[in-house]
Formats: sequence, structure tokens, C-alpha cells
Amino acid sequence: MSIEVRNITKHFGDFVALDNVSLEFPTGELVALLGPSGCGKTTLLRIIAGMEIADAGEVHFHGEDATQRDVRERKVGFVFQHYALFRHMTVFDNIAFGLRMKPRAERPSKEAIKDKVMALLKLVQLDWLADRFPAQLSGGQRQRIALARALATEPKVLLLDEPFGALDAKVRKELRRWLRRLHDEIHVTSIFVTHDQEEALEVADRVVLMNHGRVEQLGTPAEVYDTPASPFVFGFLGHVNLFHGRAHDGWLHVGDVALEAPDQAGAANAPAVAYARPHEIELDRYSPGQQGIRVQLLRALAFGSVARLELEREDNSELIEVEIPTELYRKLALIEGESLVVRPKKMQVFLDPRAAAQAGAPTIAGST
Amino acid sequence: MSRRTRHNVLPGFNLAMGYTLFYLGLIVLIPLSAAFIKTFALTWAQFWGAVSTPRVVASYQLTFGASLIGAAINAFFGLIVAWVLVRYTFPGKRILDALVDLPFALPTAVAGIALTALWAENGWIGSLLKPLGIKVAFTPLGVVLALTFIGLPFVVRTVQPVLEDLESELEDAAASLGATRWQTFVHVILPTILPALLTGFALAFARAVGEYGSVVFIAGNLPMKTEITPLLIITKLEQYDYNGATALAVVMLLFSFVLLLLINVLQWWANRRAGRES
Repeated sequence: MSIEVRNITKHFGDFVALDNVSLEFPTGELVALLGPSGCGKTTLLRIIAGMEIADAGEVHFHGEDATQRDVRERKVGFVFQHYALFRHMTVFDNIAFGLRMKPRAERPSKEAIKDKVMALLKLVQLDWLADRFPAQLSGGQRQRIALARALATEPKVLLLDEPFGALDAKVRKELRRWLRRLHDEIHVTSIFVTHDQEEALEVADRVVLMNHGRVEQLGTPAEVYDTPASPFVFGFLGHVNLFHGRAHDGWLHVGDVALEAPDQAGAANAPAVAYARPHEIELDRYSPGQQGIRVQLLRALAFGSVARLELEREDNSELIEVEIPTELYRKLALIEGESLVVRPKKMQVFLDPRAAAQAGAPTIAGST
Repeated sequence: MSRRTRHNVLPGFNLAMGYTLFYLGLIVLIPLSAAFIKTFALTWAQFWGAVSTPRVVASYQLTFGASLIGAAINAFFGLIVAWVLVRYTFPGKRILDALVDLPFALPTAVAGIALTALWAENGWIGSLLKPLGIKVAFTPLGVVLALTFIGLPFVVRTVQPVLEDLESELEDAAASLGATRWQTFVHVILPTILPALLTGFALAFARAVGEYGSVVFIAGNLPMKTEITPLLIITKLEQYDYNGATALAVVMLLFSFVLLLLINVLQWWANRRAGRES
């Protein structure tokens, strides 16, 4: 079932959680709502589920207006960050809950419920835990039980609110692969909320990037990573280096260096910021007359396949992070403290200085 | 808890246990056994005679019956009060919250006089009920009323923290699985708060059984009708019948003990159902 939200706005007091958000979630896709905390992603998910009421806007399920429908009638499966399992019930009773609460006319027989629950336990690979209580399970197991419980009523839509947020790194990684495989198996339209860009890029068919209650970008993981639509997206998805300068006539002037910026052919001496990822920068040993930004090698982390170099610009002491193949690093035989020049091979230049400020002050924006 | 000895962060199980036994002995057991010992001064026939006269039996019925009814009323309405105090924000909430404790703080005689003044036939509320043929003051109904008044804080204060801990996500989860509000209450919320509710009920009941001050004013103390057992004990004491008084006290103690034990068993069962035995 497809989901569409139209012009959703939601305030909490003076705080704008969602600002005129419109999105479409096609049938059968696994979509990630990604953004920093407070960006409105969970609120949007809860509005789709009917647990929160929007101040304005509409929610459509499969083309039908579901805005006025109650949580119960929306028939969505919902998975919570902290599992929300019923702790006085066994795993079996938890999963059977949705089926047992159906009106008598629709309720399956005892045997049918049992078969269904056992099938779901097999699906989440925990059929040996049926008689345990939630308190006796690990976090990863609890979340899988919560998922089985949500699937028991055969929802047309599955909504997951930071489903792996409370788990440790290793279990997270296992579980998100498992979720991807499960989705490929059952193909129910799914939306999951996360603040972990790696998780979103790895698991989802499509990623919705949100910030300050607005949608920043929507696209496949490759699209959003390779062609970020805004400085915010650039900064949020992985490490990025910023070069402040002035755009003029197709060139970006950074310090006394001119870099080609064909996108900004129309700009006339406008303040601009170039964004380049660490692996999109090439470097060379400094020799007089060489084009590029002069830097000093502060520190090199040369292990694994990629060497990460921390460089300091000689003109304004800003830090630049560069990744080159470890092999190349060895061949260059660089020494810490040496003078180098760097040139972005590929970069994206944004004009609006206010938008640039949004991506965060530090030169190297974090990637969680 | 399976291992016999556990390493605790705080040392001194022996000391703490010894202290506990000593303290309970000094404060609870010795005074209570004194009541038993005093009773042994009576022969069995004298004892039986003292505790089984119709007037005394009627007082047991009233005391325990009214206490159970009062505690049950409190369990129901106290739950609602706790729910409102936890779930909603409204102006004056803190004042209302403080109001709940008043029956604890008020001298019981004051409560009794106030209730009597209100509910007597010429009182504010009593005069409204009189045309309807309902009499509260000086009837068993008045006894229930007084016992309900003094028991309220017990239920509210035991249920409140548990409700505060109850994640609202559980209700969201139940609703998303198609449960109606009533089903959510019965199958999700009630099992979680039942142990606390039973504790509150037990405390309110125990308090009501021992209550004297607030009841004697509103009850009217008519023999066979509105006399509570604590009043009979006082009456006997005033007549210097110490052995007879302790005999009644012993019977009350045994009754209370059995009833509280039953409630404890219920609680243990509810706790198991709440899945906390692991």
C-alpha cells in the first residue's frame, strides 16, 4: 500500500516540528527518514501511524484520505525504539495480542493463532523463545519479537521508529542486514526513522533527509550521497571538507588559488563555499609554482586500504581531511610536517552563505 | 536470586537482618504478643463468651464489612484520581495532589466531626439527601463513608508511581495492534498496575479496620447496628475489663492477619502475572 502525506504541519508550542511536509512512499519500498534529532522525523512517523495529530495537512493510504482515521483503523505495524513489549505477557502472548484483540467475528481460532504466531517466530528466527518473558531476552531479541508482534495482524504498512537505536553497534549491524533481507521477503511498504546515515544508506531503497521540520532531499542512497542537494545533506552524509571563498565567472577563489567551478558561471564575486569529500581531493608534494592550496601534513593514519591524512592549511590553519589509497601514501613517502598542495578533484559549490552556515561551523563535519 | 549467597555492594547482611528482627520484635511483635498473653488470663469459656456475644459479632461484621467496602471504593476511585494526577496537566494540579494526603494529616476526630456535620440530617449534604429517604450519618453507610475518607491516600500513593513508570508507548503499541481503549486497559494497563493496586487496597483496608476516631462520631454507636469493634474495645477498657478488651483485640488481629495474608497471596499471584518473577 502506498502512503502519501500532503502539506503536513505540526507545532509543539512554539517549536515547529514539521513545516509543510509533502512526501510519497510507493508500495513495497523501504524508505528511511534520516535526520538529526529534533528534525521532525519521528513526529512524521507518528502522524502517519495516527498516534499524533497534525495541525494541518493530510495523510493518504493507497489514495484514500486517512487523516481522520484512528490508530486502530489505520492497520499499521509499529515498532518502537524501546520495544514497548508487554512485560506481563510471554513472547507468544505478545505476538498473539493483535490477533486476540480482534472482534469475535474476525478473530482466528485458537489453533490458527498458534500456527500464525509460531510461523512469525520462525520468520524472526526465535521460535525457541515462545514461553519466555520479555525481561529474559536480549535487546536484539526483544526488537525482533516486537517486529513479529507488529507483523501478526498483517499490516499493509510497517513503521519503525529508530528500531536499532537502543542496541549496541554489533547487534545493530546484524539486525539491519536482517531487516533488509526480511523486507525483501515480505515486501510490505516500510518507513523507518533513523539518525544514523550509515544505517539509512545501507538498508533503505530510498532516503528522505530531513532538517528543521523540512525535507532537504529525497533520493536513492547513491543519489543523496553523490549529489547532495544542500550543504546540510553534504555535511550530514559522511565527512566533508569546506573551502570558503568567492565565486566569480566560473571560478572559485580560495585564498590565492583559483579552482574551476563551472556551476557558478553566472556568479559575480559572490561569497561561496565548496564542499569536497576526503576521497575527492588529490594531493602532491609542494614545489614552487604548483597550483593548489598549500597545506602541512599534521598526522597520517595509514592502515587498512585507505590512508587518512590530517592536513592544516598554511594560510588560515583550517583542517582538511584527505583519504588516499595506502599504497599511494607509501609511494609518496610523506613525512609528518611536510608541505603539500591539495586540489579538489570534485567539489560542489554553494553560493548562499546562510545555507553554508547551516552545515555546521567545523571544517570537517562529523558523520556520527 | 538462585544462588544462596550473593555478593552485595553493601556489606552486612547479618547486621541488617539482626537489626530488622530486633526492630520488628520491639515495635510490632512484643506489643502484639502482650495482647495474646493478657488474653490467656481468661479461660477458654470466658474468652469465647467475651468474643462471641451477638453484639460483638455484629461489630465484627460492621468493622470488616465496611472496611472492605471502603477499601474497594478507594481502589476504584483512587485509581481514577491517580490516573488523572499522572496523565493530565491542569491548573491547580499540585494543590490537588497535596489534597490527597490530607486524610493522612488530619486528626481523625476532626475528620469524624466534619463528616458528621456535613452528612447529618441537618447538615449541608445530609439535608439534601433527607427528602430522598437516604440517611448517612448514624447508619452503617456513615461508617463506610468515614473509612473511605481515611483510606483514599493509600491507593493513590501506591498506584501513582507505577502509573508514572507506565510507558505511554505501551498504549500506542496496543492501539496500533487494533486493541480498543477498553481492551488496552484490561489487557495491558491493569495487569501492570494490579500489584500496586492490591497493595493500596490492603493498606486502606488495614487502616480502616483499626480506625476509631473518625468513625465514632458519624456512626452514632447504636448497639447491634453501628458499633465498630474498636469502640467495643474502648468501652471494655473504660469498664476496667482489660482481659475482655484484649480478647476482642486478639480476634481482630487474627481476622486482619488472615485477610492481609490472602491479599498478599493475591499480590504474589498478580506479580507473577506481571512477569516480574524473573
